[in-house]
Amino acid sequence: MPDAIPSQSAFLTLSGISKRYAGVRALEGVDFACERGKIHAVLGENGAGKSTLIKIIAGVVQPDTGTMRLDGRDVSFATPSAANAAGVVCIFQELSLMPDLSVADNISIASPPRRFGLIDARAQRRRAEQLLAEIGCEDVNPLMRVRDLPLSRRQVVEIAKALGKKPQLLILDEATSALTSADVEKVYAMLARLKAEGVAILYISHRMHEVEALADRASVFRNGRHIETFDKGKRSTADIVQLMIGRDIAAQYPPKPARETPKPVLDIENLSWDRHLHQISLRVGAGEIVGLGGLDGQGQKSLLLALFGVLRGVSGQITVEGREVRPASPAAAKSVGIALVPEDRKTEGLMLPMSIADNLVIASLDAISKGPLVDRARENEAIKRAIARLQIKIGAPGDAVSTLSGGNQQKVVLAKWLMTDPKLILLNDPTRGIDVGTKQELYRLMRELADQGAAILFYSTDYDELIGCCNRVAIMYDGRIVRELEGDDLTETNIIASALNIDGATPESSGAAHA
Amino acid sequence: MLDDVAIRFRQNIGIVTAVLLFAVLYLLYNFAHPKGFSSAVLVQNGDEIFALAMLAMAQTVPVLASGLDLSVGAVMTMVGCFASYLLTGVADGTPLHLEIFGLHLGLGTFPGGVSGILLGIAVCLAIGTLAGFINGCIVVYGRIQPIIATLATGAVYIGIALFLRPTPGGKIDEDLNWAMTNSLGDFAATVHIFDDGAASWFAPVAWIPVPFVLLILIALLVWVPFRRSVLGRAVYAVGSAEGAAYMSGLPIDRAKIAAFTLAGFFAGCGGLFLAIQTSSGNADIPQAGAYTLNSIASVVIGGTSLLGGTGSAIGSIFGAMVLRVISFFFRIFDIAPLLQPLFEGLILLAAVSIGALGVLRVKNTLELFR
Repeated sequence: MPDAIPSQSAFLTLSGISKRYAGVRALEGVDFACERGKIHAVLGENGAGKSTLIKIIAGVVQPDTGTMRLDGRDVSFATPSAANAAGVVCIFQELSLMPDLSVADNISIASPPRRFGLIDARAQRRRAEQLLAEIGCEDVNPLMRVRDLPLSRRQVVEIAKALGKKPQLLILDEATSALTSADVEKVYAMLARLKAEGVAILYISHRMHEVEALADRASVFRNGRHIETFDKGKRSTADIVQLMIGRDIAAQYPPKPARETPKPVLDIENLSWDRHLHQISLRVGAGEIVGLGGLDGQGQKSLLLALFGVLRGVSGQITVEGREVRPASPAAAKSVGIALVPEDRKTEGLMLPMSIADNLVIASLDAISKGPLVDRARENEAIKRAIARLQIKIGAPGDAVSTLSGGNQQKVVLAKWLMTDPKLILLNDPTRGIDVGTKQELYRLMRELADQGAAILFYSTDYDELIGCCNRVAIMYDGRIVRELEGDDLTETNIIASALNIDGATPESSGAAHA
Repeated sequence: MLDDVAIRFRQNIGIVTAVLLFAVLYLLYNFAHPKGFSSAVLVQNGDEIFALAMLAMAQTVPVLASGLDLSVGAVMTMVGCFASYLLTGVADGTPLHLEIFGLHLGLGTFPGGVSGILLGIAVCLAIGTLAGFINGCIVVYGRIQPIIATLATGAVYIGIALFLRPTPGGKIDEDLNWAMTNSLGDFAATVHIFDDGAASWFAPVAWIPVPFVLLILIALLVWVPFRRSVLGRAVYAVGSAEGAAYMSGLPIDRAKIAAFTLAGFFAGCGGLFLAIQTSSGNADIPQAGAYTLNSIASVVIGGTSLLGGTGSAIGSIFGAMVLRVISFFFRIFDIAPLLQPLFEGLILLAAVSIGALGVLRVKNTLELFR
């Protein structure tokens, strides 16, 4: 049971909160409380239920069961604005700014200052200047459109917008992730001020040193449950990591064959892109499954997109089977033997209303055509083979792909790419939202493909999966590879420790130490 | 301070471009015209511009909320047909009746005289506004995409117009026609104000065409307050990022309904003017379609993004004027009028290309498809 907190001092109390999404448990029987004048950190792995927790508190989603008390009164927020009205303000990870409106418009969007019933642009601007000054970011011109600001400045605007709502309970969800270190200091100072004024603050961050510096109390979540709450200094970082991992039933993974240094298929040297990828060097050999690990949004997806020719302005060297390539589009990437199973299978992976058959052959049409016409006989042959190979459970190949279950849909995406005979397969979290049985089939298939000589680069948010499937895992942090784990080093503790960048190691030193 | 000016300039580059384009074209036109820079030419141009300018404003509001209104031309046509019954100006009033399913229903007499005309104008504008309100409700509560919802309601409105005027006809009060489609001086003389327009202080402005004055009044009294209202702000917010607008607690449904309602009002203004100008009601289907498409073109030329969130009805007015000036050129340069669509199309392409330059700066090509 989580440590009880005296209810008379609690500002917000949650009791027995549960929430399921389409049958998947996100939160289960959560009791939680936080107080005024305290910064309370909420910790947990990807998918531990932190986001659902704050969405419930902020009125974005409604819990299935359980009650919420704020300041001694029972409350339930139907919308974010109802929560705002009660003084609960959340700074979300995905920004809630309107890119085409100005900074001043955005900051006062919910209740702008008015004169004669109309928005008073001058007062609104003064208000924006004031709030920005409060967090020490006077350099942002309130007239600027949010679209034209860099991400770090947008985050500042987001914080100013939240401050303008006079919060009693302020929730920061990774609110400092995009900030420059100078701005982070200013935000810390602002939080200290709010704390002194008696505001309750919930702080969600993956940066352990930040949590250590700021939080008065921390709660750990795992698998939708509240595991433990403790005061500052009561637990070591190692303890916290252990609490976050917990114990899970391991899935079945195919054995990893031992092998000597494989022939490299993919060789990346100093790959950089925009502000999101920095000096990435990585090798993936034939028959190898290399994992990309780390917290969400540390550049793993960008790396896969860069290799697949989706990003513009990529610098560095990409070599596939000894030939330097620079794919300018997914079509070009395909022609050098790269395949990508994308992040969102419903929009990027499949054409949902089209048939299973059409989706299967869509990437390899040139292989089954004679001149401009598709050869129906070869097409049907190829479709039959693919369905048999991946054991896709279907009614008829002519059915719309949207009629399949999530797992079978993902198999169609994979099968589509296997038809192109790729040398390098990029997988972007392919098992997300898929049942355990299908997951195991996918693991088996990945290993099979590797054994046939393909190189696989596999991003997953599930650490267990990375450990079970991969020969090697590269951990990314802030657009860099901070560590490569292999063999006995490939443990969950090591992954989390590297993912949180706890030792704060610079990529150079840790990379060198491990090379 | 200079910073602010620079920022505002960059943000309104679309409108600035449209204004400059119009200014250059219109100056050229006046130099080329034998009677250029005269009140007569200006009056004629004003009459030709007004209805399209209104429809361009009408189209702007739903577009800002990232919806397209395909019914603006139909609303204009329908309101025009109503006007041809209600603005006859016959002193004793106009008897109205309805023939439907073989039934003959008397609807009483619509009042005549000046008060009758004012009432008629109000009723016509109310009909346009109601049509827009219905569009908005269907989009919001029916959860139907704006483009298809307004395609359907547009057909309905045209149907009503055809029912009212199976053949062109009807009548508009002659004084009303004269007063609204000429210069301010003529207006004053017709309605007997300012010593019939002869007052000495009035002389410096007497040459200004009435349609331009109306355009400016509507822009100042309707558009500007709307843009500065919370609802207007919400329309921009919805078009910019609906999810973020929802998370910010904005009245999304009301904003969308307001956008379509305002579109109906503007379209009604256009229809009313067109009826007054032509002195008749005409359920002209090709004309309704052409006005709708031109309204979209005007919006784009005026610097409003079809994706929503940025732009202004003021820009669209200039967009409409650019389109119209192009057609003026055909008259004075004696080019085959059949070439007109070709040139309008090229101008539209050029204007849109400028707006699309931002695509070249996108670094993640996947974003182009979102």
